[in-house]
Amino acid sequence: MTDNKDKLTQERNVSWRVELRNSVPAKDRTAIPRVKMTEVEPQDRIKSQTCEVNCGLSSEQAVIEARRCMDCVNPTCIEGCPVSINIPKFVKQIEAQKFLDAAATLKEYSALPAVCGRVCPQEKQCELRCFYLEKMKKEPVAIGYLERFAADYERQSGKIQIPKVAAGNGIKVAAIGSGPSSLSFAGDMIKLGYEVTVFEALHEIGGVLKYGIPEFRLPNSVVDVELENLRGMGVNFEKNFVVGRTASFEDLKELGYKAFFVGSGAGLPNFMNIPGENLNGVMSSNEYLTRVNLMYANQSDSDTPVMLGKRVAVIGGGNTAMDAVRTSKRLGAERSIIIYRRSLEEMPARLEEIKHAQEEGIEFMNLASPIEYKPDANGRVAKARLQRMQLGEPDASGRRRPVPIDGDIVELDVDLVIVAIGVSPNPLIPACLPGLKMTRYGTIEVNEETMQSSVPEIFAGGDIVRGGATVILAMGDGRRAAACMHRYLQEKYVK
Amino acid sequence: MLVELAGIYSLLHCRLLSGMKSLRLWLTGMNKIIEKYNLSENVAKFIIEAPMIAKSRKPGNFVILRVGEKGERMPLTIVDSDIEKGTITLIVQNVGVSSGKLCKLEAGDFITDLVGPLGKATHIHKAGTILALGGGVGIAPLYPIVKAFKQAGNRVFTVLAARSKDLIILENEMREWSDEVVVMTDDGSSGRKGLVTEGAEEFIKREKIDECVAIGPAIMMKFCALTTKKYDIPTQVSLNTIMVDGTGMCGACRVTVNGETKFTCIDGPEFNAHQIDFDELLQRLRAYKTEEDQAKSKK
Repeated sequence: MTDNKDKLTQERNVSWRVELRNSVPAKDRTAIPRVKMTEVEPQDRIKSQTCEVNCGLSSEQAVIEARRCMDCVNPTCIEGCPVSINIPKFVKQIEAQKFLDAAATLKEYSALPAVCGRVCPQEKQCELRCFYLEKMKKEPVAIGYLERFAADYERQSGKIQIPKVAAGNGIKVAAIGSGPSSLSFAGDMIKLGYEVTVFEALHEIGGVLKYGIPEFRLPNSVVDVELENLRGMGVNFEKNFVVGRTASFEDLKELGYKAFFVGSGAGLPNFMNIPGENLNGVMSSNEYLTRVNLMYANQSDSDTPVMLGKRVAVIGGGNTAMDAVRTSKRLGAERSIIIYRRSLEEMPARLEEIKHAQEEGIEFMNLASPIEYKPDANGRVAKARLQRMQLGEPDASGRRRPVPIDGDIVELDVDLVIVAIGVSPNPLIPACLPGLKMTRYGTIEVNEETMQSSVPEIFAGGDIVRGGATVILAMGDGRRAAACMHRYLQEKYVK
Repeated sequence: MLVELAGIYSLLHCRLLSGMKSLRLWLTGMNKIIEKYNLSENVAKFIIEAPMIAKSRKPGNFVILRVGEKGERMPLTIVDSDIEKGTITLIVQNVGVSSGKLCKLEAGDFITDLVGPLGKATHIHKAGTILALGGGVGIAPLYPIVKAFKQAGNRVFTVLAARSKDLIILENEMREWSDEVVVMTDDGSSGRKGLVTEGAEEFIKREKIDECVAIGPAIMMKFCALTTKKYDIPTQVSLNTIMVDGTGMCGACRVTVNGETKFTCIDGPEFNAHQIDFDELLQRLRAYKTEEDQAKSKK
């Protein structure tokens, strides 16, 4: 840790950074207002599933925003980042208009900067720990916007730099699943000289980045460029490969794989087990979003169908619920309604997503929870019976518990219901590794510092360890697992 | 020359299978259609190169495949496999857009995506006397189960049923692994005229049946289940629900078994027939009827 501090101080003291710091008085920096990102107008963006809502920053905007950063002696923002990006360094590179250098800095720490700049909840991470917010009670530096800017600038410049990798050490390792935790793991291991293969069960690489998060938040083309980057570094990808089914761990060990990182995620959708939940027209958010985002069911030349609804109810209050409800609006719903059992304040979705949803005409029905669905004559869902709630005492999560109001039941006309109440860990990997220690929640038990499981050569991270969490936490796990697996393999096979 | 090449090729394959080459090489050339046979006007049999699936699969497992970049993910049961040649056998009936696209492929073509083996394998054991009931193209997924039960030392009676002669497939193969085979057709064009349940009841009345397995259209399985329930014979069916990913991720394939929601792709596809809510299953199979009809008329 002190090594890292020394390195940061050393980098902070290079002459160009000292000059840059001294070139603008601190009070001029703090007088600059935080940049506002341009957004496509709601009435235009809801016409398309692929039109990205946030437009990104111009070079001019980025330089001005970067100027706000004080280049702190003790940059607390870094502590707020799960992958510990050297934030002041890349921000100051943007201020100095060395945009490609800023992109290179990001890639030292993160395998997916263009993704994280878009989907990280920065308000709960790096930006929450910004000097502006902590010490001056002002709006923090827009670190997420700047990260996105640098990554987008590099992509659009056509001068994509492939990060340097160490000479190959001939040791084969595998990542299972190709979501954010595995990609981050793979990026770090390839830099350390390992031979890395990422195994994916679906026909596309990217996990939730492809099947889950819609294109209006994260274009698939942006994800693909980041994947090309990993391919360029030498990461090998195997699609249509279910580890444990297509080949067993034993088979892979015979092929020379010395260690495994399990990043198979929490893909198993939860249902509420209420009457009528298996009616046609009731589906999981995973099914709905997969049909649209991965299978392009909304496009006329796709063979995969998706059910359309005029009155769509989405059950839940997280980011997935927001993604599903906003997708339904884009697919032509007249009414798209969020049904959430607590109040607006308790919603786990990002504030930005809730704001965007509201602008797009999404209706919010808070303090209500479905208790039954009723069919029409054709057996398709037609009505949702909703129990009204009020907030009681805080529960274990610290949020006020929703309590049913006796007898207060309303009926809502619906023809499509999307259930987005959370996911459970995918049981495929644990099922084929009986020796692996699991928690009672069905997640893999790991040492929290090393991400190593009860089977020494198996490390794990992301949602298979945490249950449903965020992209950047998954990436942080991948990084930690890579560092610790490196130590484990060096001790076992090199020394 | 060709023979020589084939020899080198299979030698190479064995080496690859024993792990002497890198996995990269091992996977190259996968999903190639080696042979294709048209079993009838609308039913085709494919021998596909998929060495790892061939090695790992067990009776009852299925694959998901996709034809073309905008293709749909479609589940199909693995009918047979040849570990030495590294191939699997699939049989598909042309009933819609995706199966139509697959049926148009010929030997030498590649299947865009192929993943498996998926689903739980059939519980094969020595039970005594097995009654196997296959309806239409459901005869294909029934075949590996009949073969495995026979190899496990059971007596196997098989009833093959379909609308007409054209749709009775694998009759010779079934005879090879069954002690007795009865063929039933709706129109009497092959075997006897009548329904699968009539053929089943004849065996049930004649012999003590220890277990039954039925695979075919949902409505056929429903009536098989009602029949065997009457005689209290434990019965397994293999469900053909709508699927998307086939790995437990979406729940499109959910079904009510004994009052609980199960996912066919990971909890099944085989379930205790007497516990299934068949009416719900039939309803859910019709979920995309309008879209399917539209797609068919478009292409």
